[in-house]
Order: sequence, then C-alpha cells, then structure tokens
Amino acid sequence: MAQYSNYILVCGGTGCRASQSELILQNLKEAVRQNGLQESVQVIRTGCFGFCEKGPVVKLIPDNTFYVQVTPEDADDIVNEHLIKGRKVERLLYVNPETNELILDSKHINFYKKQLRIALRNCGFINPENIDEYIARDGYIALGKALTEMTPEEVIKEIMDSGLRGRGGGGFPTGLKWQITRKVQAPQKYVVCNADEGDPGAFMDRSILEGDPHSIVEAMAINGYCTGASKGLVYIRAEYPLAVERLKIAIDQAKDYGFLGDNIFGTDFSFDIQIRYGAGAFVCGEETALIHSMEGLRGEATVKPPFPSESGYKGCPTNVNNVETYANIPVILLKGAKWFSSIGTEKSKGTKVFALAGKVNNVGLIEVPMGTTLREVIFGIGGGIKDGKKFKAVQTGGPSGGCLTEKHLDLPIDYDNLIAAGSMMGSGGMIVMDEDDCMVAMAKFYLDFTVEESCGKCAPCRIGNKRLHEMLQKITSGRGNIEDLDKLRNLAMVIKDTALCGLGQTSPNPVLSTMDNFYDEYLAHVDEQRCPSHQCRELTQYFINPEKCKGCTMCARICPVHAITGSRKVPHTIDSEICIRCGSCIEKCKFDAIYVH
Amino acid sequence: MNKVKTLDDLRKMRESLRTSLDLREKSNNPEQMVQIKVAMATCGIAAGAKEVMSYFIEALDRERVDALVTQTGCMGYCYAEPTVEITVPGKEPIVFGRVNKTKVDEIITSYIKQGILIDDIIPVNYNSVGPE
Amino acid sequence: MEKIKLTIDNREVEVLKGTTILDAAKSMGIRIPTLCHMKLEDLNYENNPGACRICVVEIEGRRNLAPSCKMECTEGMVVRTHTPRVMNARKTVMELILSNHPAGCLTCSSNGYCELQTIAHDLGIREIRYQGEQSTFEIDRSPSIVRNMNKCIMCRRCETMCNSIQTVGALTAVHRGFNAAVSTAFERDIAGSTCSYCGQCVSVCPVNALSGRNTQQPVLDALADPTKIVIAQTAPAVRTALGRDFGCEPGTLVTGKMVSALRQLGFDYVFDTDFAADLTIMEEGTELLQRLGKYLSGDQEVKIPMMTSCCPGWVSFVEQHFPELRDNLSTAKSPQQMFGAIAKSYFAEKLGVDRKNVVVVSIMPCLAKKYEASRPEFAVEGNPDVDISIYTRELARLIRYANINFNELPDSDFDHPLGESTGAGVIFGTTGGVIEAACRTAYELYTRKPLEKIEFKELRGLEGIRSGTINFDGVPVKIGIAHGLGNARKLVEEVKSGKSPYHVIEVMACPGGCIGGGGQPFHQGRMDVLRKRAAALYNEDENKPIRKSHENPYIQQLYKEYLGEPCGPKAHKLLHTHYFDRKEVVNMFLETDKNE
Repeated sequence: MAQYSNYILVCGGTGCRASQSELILQNLKEAVRQNGLQESVQVIRTGCFGFCEKGPVVKLIPDNTFYVQVTPEDADDIVNEHLIKGRKVERLLYVNPETNELILDSKHINFYKKQLRIALRNCGFINPENIDEYIARDGYIALGKALTEMTPEEVIKEIMDSGLRGRGGGGFPTGLKWQITRKVQAPQKYVVCNADEGDPGAFMDRSILEGDPHSIVEAMAINGYCTGASKGLVYIRAEYPLAVERLKIAIDQAKDYGFLGDNIFGTDFSFDIQIRYGAGAFVCGEETALIHSMEGLRGEATVKPPFPSESGYKGCPTNVNNVETYANIPVILLKGAKWFSSIGTEKSKGTKVFALAGKVNNVGLIEVPMGTTLREVIFGIGGGIKDGKKFKAVQTGGPSGGCLTEKHLDLPIDYDNLIAAGSMMGSGGMIVMDEDDCMVAMAKFYLDFTVEESCGKCAPCRIGNKRLHEMLQKITSGRGNIEDLDKLRNLAMVIKDTALCGLGQTSPNPVLSTMDNFYDEYLAHVDEQRCPSHQCRELTQYFINPEKCKGCTMCARICPVHAITGSRKVPHTIDSEICIRCGSCIEKCKFDAIYVH
Repeated sequence: MNKVKTLDDLRKMRESLRTSLDLREKSNNPEQMVQIKVAMATCGIAAGAKEVMSYFIEALDRERVDALVTQTGCMGYCYAEPTVEITVPGKEPIVFGRVNKTKVDEIITSYIKQGILIDDIIPVNYNSVGPE
Repeated sequence: MEKIKLTIDNREVEVLKGTTILDAAKSMGIRIPTLCHMKLEDLNYENNPGACRICVVEIEGRRNLAPSCKMECTEGMVVRTHTPRVMNARKTVMELILSNHPAGCLTCSSNGYCELQTIAHDLGIREIRYQGEQSTFEIDRSPSIVRNMNKCIMCRRCETMCNSIQTVGALTAVHRGFNAAVSTAFERDIAGSTCSYCGQCVSVCPVNALSGRNTQQPVLDALADPTKIVIAQTAPAVRTALGRDFGCEPGTLVTGKMVSALRQLGFDYVFDTDFAADLTIMEEGTELLQRLGKYLSGDQEVKIPMMTSCCPGWVSFVEQHFPELRDNLSTAKSPQQMFGAIAKSYFAEKLGVDRKNVVVVSIMPCLAKKYEASRPEFAVEGNPDVDISIYTRELARLIRYANINFNELPDSDFDHPLGESTGAGVIFGTTGGVIEAACRTAYELYTRKPLEKIEFKELRGLEGIRSGTINFDGVPVKIGIAHGLGNARKLVEEVKSGKSPYHVIEVMACPGGCIGGGGQPFHQGRMDVLRKRAAALYNEDENKPIRKSHENPYIQQLYKEYLGEPCGPKAHKLLHTHYFDRKEVVNMFLETDKNE
C-alpha cells in the first residue's frame, strides 16, 4: 500500500482546463515519475477550486501552498524546487492585490477566508434527522439559556445589539420587530416562520430546513418566549416535501426531548409549532398575503399599517420571520451580539446566504459576511464566468431586484448598498449573466414571472406589469420605437410608486435597472431592430456561409420547418420567412457554416 | 425519552453526546472506522444521493469496511451532486463530488482502504462556526 | 379622543386620531378621487382594499405614494394631493384601468352613472397610452343579475357587499395577475351559485360589470300587442326613488307622475302593489295569529318564530343557507305574486278575459323579483302570474324611451279595484314596515279593539337589528327585525340554535329594506338618501285616509266576492306557497363536479 507524504492537487474545473490544466497534470505526473517520487507523491485532479480568475491553480498538500496561473512548463520547477529542494516557487505564488504580499498558503488567501457559515453552520455537517447531533453542536443551549438565565427583554436586546436584519429581503431589524410584537397587549400571539421561498433559483431556506431543521424550531421557541406567543406556525410550500418531512421529524423529536410543549426547561413557558402549507404562490412570501393564505383566504396582500405585529394571524399580533433569519438566532445567543456584530458592515451585520446561479462556474449555495464584494462572490467563490465568457451583469434580489454591472463589482454587498445601486438583497438569489445574454430579454423574462405571480389585487401590478411585459415583447420583436422607451420608463416608475405590496413595488426593478445600465441595448432594439446579443429570435437571422458550406444536406434534413433548401454538394440557403430560429441547424453543421446575425 | 428539564441536564447531555461520537470514532479498529456523510437535500436526491447511500452501505459490507454512513443536508456544491464527505480518522474530511456506483467502489478501494486520493475532490472553501 | 394636526396641500387641519387622509382632506373641501373605496357609514363598513390606487397622495418622507383611503393621519404629516408626481401616477393608473375596460361607453347602460367615466373625465384622460390585451370573459346571465366581467375593475365592492355585509358568499376573487376576476365558487354561473339575487352587488358596482337583467323589450312588445291587456303594478318603494333619475331630490314622492307615465306608456290598467300588500297582511296576519294561538296553547309542532316571506332575496337565502328553517317562513306569497294571482283570476274573470291574454308587469325596486316571477310554482299551466318584472331604473329608461317629459306630467290616481291601498301597504317599502302593518291588523283582529295609536314607532329606524314587544291585550308579542342578510343571519342562527326570543321576525334582504333595493337608482351607500326615502313612505302613510289593511274596502270586497275567509281554502290556493331545500341544488353541482 502506497504511503504518500505529499499530494499535488490540480484544478480540473472548466476554467482551468481551458488553460491547459490537463497538460499541467500530465507534466507534473511525468516530472514526479522522472524524479522517482511516485511512491511518495500523488498527483490528482480535483473539482473546481473556485478561484478561476487566477487559474490554472495547483495546490500542494500538506503545506497548502497555492500556486496560481500555472503553465505546463512550470511543472518541472514545482517538482524540482518545491518537492525536492523544499523551496516555494515564488513567481507562482498568489500576490495579495491590496498589500502586494506573497501568500504562502491557501489558508491566507482572502478568497478562502470569505465564506463564513453561520446560518448554514450545520448544513452538510450533521444528520438533520438526529437531534442528538444537533445537541452535540450546542443545539437548544441557546433556548435553555434564554428561558432560564435571561428575561425576554434581555434576549430582545441581544438580538437588537447584534444588528440582525430580516433575511427574507426587507432587511427590517429583527430585534425591533420582536420588540414591537412584544409590546402589543393581547391574550394570544403567534410567531410565524416564513418558509415560502419563491425567488426563482433561490433555495437557501429549503437547504436550511433540510439540513438543520432544529435550528428553526429552537429559534421559533426563543421568538415565542420573547414576544409572548405560545404558538408557532411554519408556512412552507407544499413543493418542499423533504423539508416538510425533516421539519416534522425535528418537531416531534423536540417534543420528545421537552424543547417544545408545556413548561419547557421547567419554566412556565409553553410553546408549540404547527405546519401550514402554501401552494407556491410567490406573493404569499409577502407577510400579509402569507397570513391571509394561512387563514384560508385568498393569498393577497393588504395595505400596511396595520402591521402583522399589531394585527396578523386571526387578528392576533403576529411576528413573521424568514427561515434564514431564524437560523441566525441560536448562534447569536450562544456567541453574543458583540461577536455577531463584528461581522459585516456598519448597517448590515452577520452573513448572507446566496444562491449563486446562471453563467457562473460554481453554482451553489454560499454564505459570506455582509460587505463581501460582488467580485469576490462571482469570481472568487463562484469561480468566474462559464466557458471563459465575459461577465455582463448579475441580478440580485430575484425578480424583484435589479441587475448590477461591471461598475458595481467592487460594491460591498449589504442591504443599503444594493438598494442605492438600484437593486436589492431580496432573499439572496444571484443570477450571473454573460456577454451572450440580452438584457431586454432578461427584463422580459423577469416580467414573465411577476405577471404570472401578481395576485391581481391592485391595478398597477395587475394591469401595469402586463403592459410592461407587452411593451418588452414589442421591443424584443423589433416593433418598438423610441417613444416606447419613455413610456416604458414612466410606467415602470408609476408601478413602483403606486403598487400595493412589495411584489408590485419591486417588479419593475429589472426593467429600470437594465434601462439604466444597458440603455444602448434598448436603443439597438428599437432604432436598428437589432439584438446585440443575438438572443431575441425575431431580431436575428440565420445565414449559411457559401464559402464554408459543403452541401452535405445535414441542415436541410434536421430543419423542423423545411426552411433550408439546396442541392447535394451545393451551398444551401435558409429562407428567413420560414425559419423559426431554433438553432438545430447550427448544432448539426460540421463545417461551422451557419451563423446568426 | 425523558424530557430535558434543566440547562445543566442539556449541557451534560451535550458533553456525553460529543464524547460518545468521539468514542465511536476511536473505538475498535481505528483504521477501519470511517465516517461517510451523504448530502441528502433535494438537489442531492435528484442527482441520485439515495441510491448512492444505499450502494455505499452495500459496498462497505461487501468490502468489510466498518464505517458509519449518515445523511446530511446540502453542502452547497449543487453543481457536483451527489456529494459525499468522507472522514478517515486522523485525516481532514474530504468531499467527493459526482459520486456514482463506480465512484463509490473507487472511494472505498482507493481512498478509504489505501489513502489514495482520486479525481473529483471538491476543495472545501468555507469556515463554519464552531461550537460554543 | 386624541386630536392630530397635519398639513394637506399647504393648509393645516386638525382631525381625530384614526381619521384617514381621505376623510381629513374631505373635511377641508379637498375631493381626492376614489374608485374602489366605498364607505357605508350607517352599516359601519368601509370597503377600502387600497386596490385601485387612484386616491394616492404624496407624503413627505415616504418613499412611495400612499393610498389616502387607507392611510391614517399622523401628527405633523405633510400631504400633497396634486403634485405633478401624484397626478402623473393617478393618470397613468387610470389609463391602465381604462386599457382593460371596454370603451363602449355610449352603448353601456351605466352611461352617465359610471364612476369610472366620471373620474376619467375629471382627470382629463384624452388618450390611453398603454394599450394591450383585454380580458375576455363570457357574459353570465341569470334571471336577475348579469355579470360582464370584461368591465370589472376589481374594486371588490361587490365582494365586500356579498361576503361581509350580506354574508351570502357568492362572489370572490379568483385567479391571479391579469386573469384575476371576481367570480363565483368554481366559476359557475350566478344561477348555479349561492347567490340570493338581492342585487346589492349591482347597486355598489361603480361600472357596469354587474347589472340587472334587462327586460324592457318584452314590456314594449306586450304594450304594442293589441290582443293583450297589459296591467302594471308598482311596488311602494319605487315611488320614493324614481324621481331621482329625473333630477328630483332624494325621497321625493312621485306617485302621481309615475301613474301618469305608465298610462302614457300604454298600460291598460295601472294598479298598485300596495293593494296586494294589504292582502298580504290579511293572510300573513291571520297566519301569525293562527300560529301564535297554537303556540300559546302548547302545540310543539308549530313553527315559531314565524318569518316574513315578502322578500324574495331573503326567501332564497333561507332556501339555500337555512333550508331546515323554511317552515318558519310564512306561507303567504309576496305582494308581487299575490297581485299577479288575483289579477289573473279575480280581475281577469271580472273582465271576462282568458288569463293568457292578460300581461302583468310589475315595477319593483328589486332584482330578485325577476327571479321570483320566474319561479315555476307561480304559474298556471305555464302562464306566469307575473309575466315581466322590471326594476325602477328600467322604468326610468322606458319613460325616457317613450319621449315622456316626466317632470311636467300631471299627477293621476291608480285604477280600481286593485289600485286602492292603505297606509299599511305603503310602508312595506321600508324595513320594519311589513311587521308594523301586520301588527296594526293582527292586533285589531286578535283583541277586537281599535288601536289607540296606529304607529308603532318602536319598530322603525335603520338600526340593522331591532326588536320590540307589542302587547296584544296581555299577550306580549315579541318582534325581531333585520335588514341586510348579514343581520338576518344573526337572527336566523338564533332560531336555528333554539335561542330566538321572538314570535315573529321581519327580514328584508337589502339594507334599508326595499327603498335600498338593488333595482333602485344608485344611492352609493348613502344612508341619508335611504332615510329620506323611508320618511317619504311614512309621510304617505300618515296622509292616507285608511291606514289599516283590513279596513281597505276593496280588500273587504275581494274576500266577500271571491276569496271567502283569510287563510280559507280559496285564499290558500291562490295566495299561499311552499318552499324548497335548495342547499341540495348547490350540493348537486358539487357532486357533478366530482364526477367530472
């Protein structure tokens, strides 16, 4: 059995492979073999390190030396210098761009220090169906501390001091919300966990409920203690069967152990949790709509005030918090407000979980301290843009957010900065777009969603979004004119200004932010009837280059609408009138003869 | 289950749970007690995590490897599901991505039995909040 | 009460805490336009979903505009109601609403009464910049109510009326986004829903999405047919409201002009439903005495309290929601149907014509009366007792159509014999009137003593639920009165649980009684209008020489010549009816759905 003392890890991610990391791997193996080190050094290919910007990346274990922008020719130096002579190859080391310091090992690279898991602390670490593992990770200690050693006011003060703000998107200070609910006098109060995650592509709430359901149960009980509520309700979408199942198991286990039920920890505090199912309407993530849905009414928002903290579920004071917000609560009580508030920016404390998606290499859930820049998230953690394409924009805040561009990349992410930049935090969706994405089509895509998901109660959202969508449809099909752009902006502004709830007030954001940042693309669509990214079908045409076409007839045979004609061994032609721009011919053509313009 | 009545009881319970986990790891044959966590969130299950988990149990039995197979939540590497975290005693946990039956066999025969790293390791890029 | 100072349009104003910006502005003479908002002062109900966003105003320090109908004033608030930003938003939203509303104003029956039209005019909308797809719904025609959801602007007033005030629960919003609409459960036709046809939804609809079924043409056809004898009967509440459509003050009595107009239209006989109201009192009053007699002698079977049955909306409410209590309803037909039955028997025989050649047209304040007239049990061999029922607004349209200058018409009297009525018949048109009329007669029949005081003022008023006890010579008769089906539900629930203290209960489905009926000129929920209409009826009652139904000489003659005794065999055949369990009808629909 081989006993390796050293490992060389070579990144096999898409980005690094595009920069010859396979060859680096071969060269390293060869160098190891030539030096007779194959018994003690193993060279292996790994998944993406995420640091694609500095790729290809090579890491040496056990000393964690992190070499960046390695070329195949560097293989010999790495083996000869590093492994044999024990000297690090300085020219390949990562240089801290701020200090110009050479970074000797990966633990000191900012990028790797950027992810910090608080809300996701137990996800992927414990068995979510075993309460003992949660307890082994300090589970329910925070609840015990709160109930037996702290007054509700002290707990609320701790939460307020921590600076925690609502992670569902609004960013309202959590402690303050609790305090308002506490102050309302009523015989019955409720705490509600909003697990109606609806942003396309966002799934942090689901992951937390699936990976660490006890943290939510514990936090809700703490919330109940602070606000004076004896009942907790989890509003969760029925399409999350696994999360529901795990949550049910967690609630049952917590009851068994006495963390739910009567006289918890021997005190006179009693608390119980029930599950309520949502049918998956996006608007039911808005707290008043959520409450109506739980009451069995139509899921639609009502004007605030009155706020749920005054009059919510069945008219009782109700504190609604999001899953991720709750997931932070036990840790804050265990480690203290001071610790929590040391993380993040001045007005946004702690971390935020993002669902990184789109044209980025590492699609997944990440958790970073507030104040991390978009660049760090997208290029650092996300590993940069897929297939080496150019970054164009990132949509934060889901369909209610806006798109941010190159110039925003160094913006530290927090609630206020995102709003100032014309977007929002939302629940943490982050969709990355590259040079191939048409921003007008993107705005239309999001409007598709909000038109579908509007509850239809208020006129601006019900009719206005429909009209926005129709205008975008007109523009992307080349029938728009310059006046439409002014009308579009006016309508978007009015909807934002007049819509009843958060859904309507934010639904024009994708339109407004793309108009602000990519006005030239809009102009190209209306002035020149041209889609610069070749995404808008009606504005693109398919052509066959007669120089390249060999007349193989493959394209003509695959075309579903018979738009391509031509004799054998003679260049073919496409009839634009018939062509539906499905792209099948491009895929099939072996000679790269078909192009889009 | 007797209900937990005081905070002290809970703290004691936590300590015993921690040590019992430790003991479990170190007892018997330390070389052969391996912990395997299969990420079993919706993304994982969709990618076949359930099959991977049952195959792991089957294969470990067959290979006579004494290991503890548990499920866990989403680790965040959704692009590489199913993902599995393997902790061989005395070594850092290692996450493998895109695990299928072939990969399971490879993990058991190469990594667990011989300590040879194999392709498709996922570098773990985050810190997690530790215990109190 | 705590007072609050704020500034609206640069003027300071002091209001009570809890006042909305809209009301505060109103108190200063600032009229912020509203569309979905509807305040029913006396019913203590406000429809303010904040849905139309027409009433938005700018509040200093607030990020977006605020709906003034919903937003309460706070100390030091600075509000502006017509800044360029507000006006642009208001106009844009208005254009959006108009973009999904058919533009056929000229051919719409609400032309001139439409609130959307008024606001569009006030805002000076001259073009609709935002055009696009329009909703396409099928038009749903029931015997009483027509739903054209293409015109709906989602103000939700009908929903509030149907659910919160009437508690009928027939209407609710369905679907999402642009496809959202007000509809019935499972999007059935109104006829297959739990609708009681009270028509209150129609009376609050600001546009013409909900309207009464139009049956003017059959009336014109009958009038033009020389082989037909066309008879009109006019309900008591019509005369207090018809003038409103010709510019009269609310509550102006136009009985004489109305009769002249009907003659000019070509009716052969213009009779009064009030006559039939007197007849109803004879039957219903007698039935009450019979039931009470049995009850007082310890009969366990007799259904007490007896519930009035003149209001068809109320009757179908009982049949659909409380069928188990349908035997508590008086078996006496409503005045409309009693009139039809007598007109096509007694009167037709008097004229010596076949009932098939007599056309009875009723003019009612009501939409449910159309449905009532169409009920199969109110027909003889397929020939209905009442052929056509039209509502007050339809009569106004007919008068205009026939080139009649209403305001300059001379007064004239009803024809005989079915046009003579007492003050008791007149007050049928307002809540409490039926029971007061019944008491006048029942008291004298029971005690065989003349009333010292004819008016039972304790039974009057517009309180939603009222009660009183009338001493019938040592027998205290306990009376409950409700108007509006929501209030009625409360009384019925008491009956259902066996806790009702009453011997007799009067219910009118519409708030205010028939004066507030769904077929009346729109009153926009203004109770002062209803109060004036009620006052006009009590006034007419006071001026009548005869004020007790049993003293009506034509009624006495009718019994002597034709009917025999009240509640006797012939009276029973012609003037009484029976009720159905219609809960099953609703359930049957549900079953079919399951099977599909």
